[in-house]
Amino acid sequence: MNADLLKDATATALLAMLNAGEVTSEELVRGYLDRADALKRLNVFVHLDPENVLDQARAVDAKRKAGEAVGPLAGVPVAIKDVLCVEKEPTTCGSRMLKDFRPPYDATVIVKLRQAGAILFGKTNMDEFAMGSSTENSAYGPTLNPWDEARVPGGSSGGSAAAVAADLAPLSLGSDTGGSIRQPAAVCGVVGIKPTYGRVSRYGLIAFASSLDQIGPFTHDLADAALLLKVISGRDERDATSVDQPVPDYSATLDEKPRSLRIGVAREFFGEGLDPEVESAVREAMRVYEQAGATLKEVSLPNSKYGVPAYYIVAPAECSSNLARYDGTIFGHRAEDWSPKHPGEEDLHPLVRMMMASRAEGFGAEVKRRIMLGTFALSAGYADQYYNQALKVRRLIRNDFDAAFKDVDVILGPTSPSPAFKLGERTADPLAMYLSDIYTITANLAGIPGLSVPCGLTRSGLPIGLQLLAPAFAEENLLRTARVFERATDWHRKRPGLS
Amino acid sequence: MSLSTEDVAKVAVLARLRLSPDELQTFTGQLNAIVDYVAQLQEPDTSDVEPLAHGVEVRNVFRDDVRGPALPREAALANAPKRNSESFLVPAVLD
Repeated sequence: MNADLLKDATATALLAMLNAGEVTSEELVRGYLDRADALKRLNVFVHLDPENVLDQARAVDAKRKAGEAVGPLAGVPVAIKDVLCVEKEPTTCGSRMLKDFRPPYDATVIVKLRQAGAILFGKTNMDEFAMGSSTENSAYGPTLNPWDEARVPGGSSGGSAAAVAADLAPLSLGSDTGGSIRQPAAVCGVVGIKPTYGRVSRYGLIAFASSLDQIGPFTHDLADAALLLKVISGRDERDATSVDQPVPDYSATLDEKPRSLRIGVAREFFGEGLDPEVESAVREAMRVYEQAGATLKEVSLPNSKYGVPAYYIVAPAECSSNLARYDGTIFGHRAEDWSPKHPGEEDLHPLVRMMMASRAEGFGAEVKRRIMLGTFALSAGYADQYYNQALKVRRLIRNDFDAAFKDVDVILGPTSPSPAFKLGERTADPLAMYLSDIYTITANLAGIPGLSVPCGLTRSGLPIGLQLLAPAFAEENLLRTARVFERATDWHRKRPGLS
Repeated sequence: MSLSTEDVAKVAVLARLRLSPDELQTFTGQLNAIVDYVAQLQEPDTSDVEPLAHGVEVRNVFRDDVRGPALPREAALANAPKRNSESFLVPAVLD
């Protein structure tokens, strides 16, 4: 097979070739496997079983050849963030804690991908339990940014973003709790979407912060994003928080001009700490929209400045509860030795010491930090001051969006305050790392959808992302509005110069 | 407020995390920096604000009280760190 076929390939283009009989899924998969092998140094995949993916591809090819009906992603590889359960396949969440875990069931999005005929193309690296903004907090070591291998791919879905950016798969899935799809999409130069909370079932997504987590796609362009989002969306009775809303055919309406193009520019998204080159690219995007006939209006989200502090109470509180299940009893890592080691431990019950030793060995520093922060925020005497107050501030943040969306259809701003930073640059300073998600976090707290599209490159050739936010369940209009920009520019066609 | 190493040690036990003396010092410093940072949450007036636990309205969802399929025992035990043929094995709970 012509290796150049895979470079720059979108799922939409590959599907056209598959359906026309110009290429088989097995040929495609072999090409991607070769490329994964050649680019192993990027550390994108934590698990990739060539025989398994080839078997899937041959099965789809056989169906197509027999003239049987095939799904909308038939034969197309999709890389999967290692936070999603795939039956009998390693699912480790980037953690030592789950290094031997093989789920007994598929996540709902995996069931939907299988039904659509997609090829489940390996598990991608991630920050441990999706906690981080750089994919450096992984038990498997960091993933490298395909545009500059000395830099991070963003996080926590950095492996999935890098997989698409490096053409190791045309599509991938990630999860976004505070920006973990949009931020890596921005710094890897791809499209990333966080759907409305409840739009995509979280069943089988290993929980970090249940009221914030949402699964979404990484793609090269919006046509692919529309295609993949449609496949994974919809109510699921196994997820009580999934919402019964009709799922539009995003692909069918993508190229229709939005009914109105009223774009809000939040003044709080252009404050201190924003890289000048990022600001310049985003302001250029505003000019592109004006030329396309959009009305730009300044809006205010006055409580967005409390987004990061509210998030770093709400998310750790939920994480401390969700991760309590990893204690070395029924699954996960168990320490070999839990005899007393430090002062005071001799008074603890052996079962408690076993749990403490197992969790200490199984979790990395960032996960421990967040579990302790959450445990503190929920503890007697502090819950009102921290947790309940954070939930009240969350309401204020949501109210800001509700007020802004009375006047505008979408809100525009930078996705990430800076381009990809260097590996190790922020690992010693948790607060500096937390601020990487300053523009994305409020959408998770409010439950609204957001996306990042490529909108420029720095002088040193690093990608810049444009973020668009919309009211709950307005993904169709969000995609169409983003498509206006994509049609007017060619940033989504830029690729890293990998060899 | 300020967290002492004793406070952090207590939280670590509640969180079921063993910390070495060095880790205790490091986390005490880092948690204090984060707690100082999140203190700004006290700035806005929230006296008349209802807490928001979810971005969308969430209500209890009840299903019919009918027994459904369950994981077979072998599948349930498959990821156990230690097991026998029918149970998870843990340190003795009763003295």
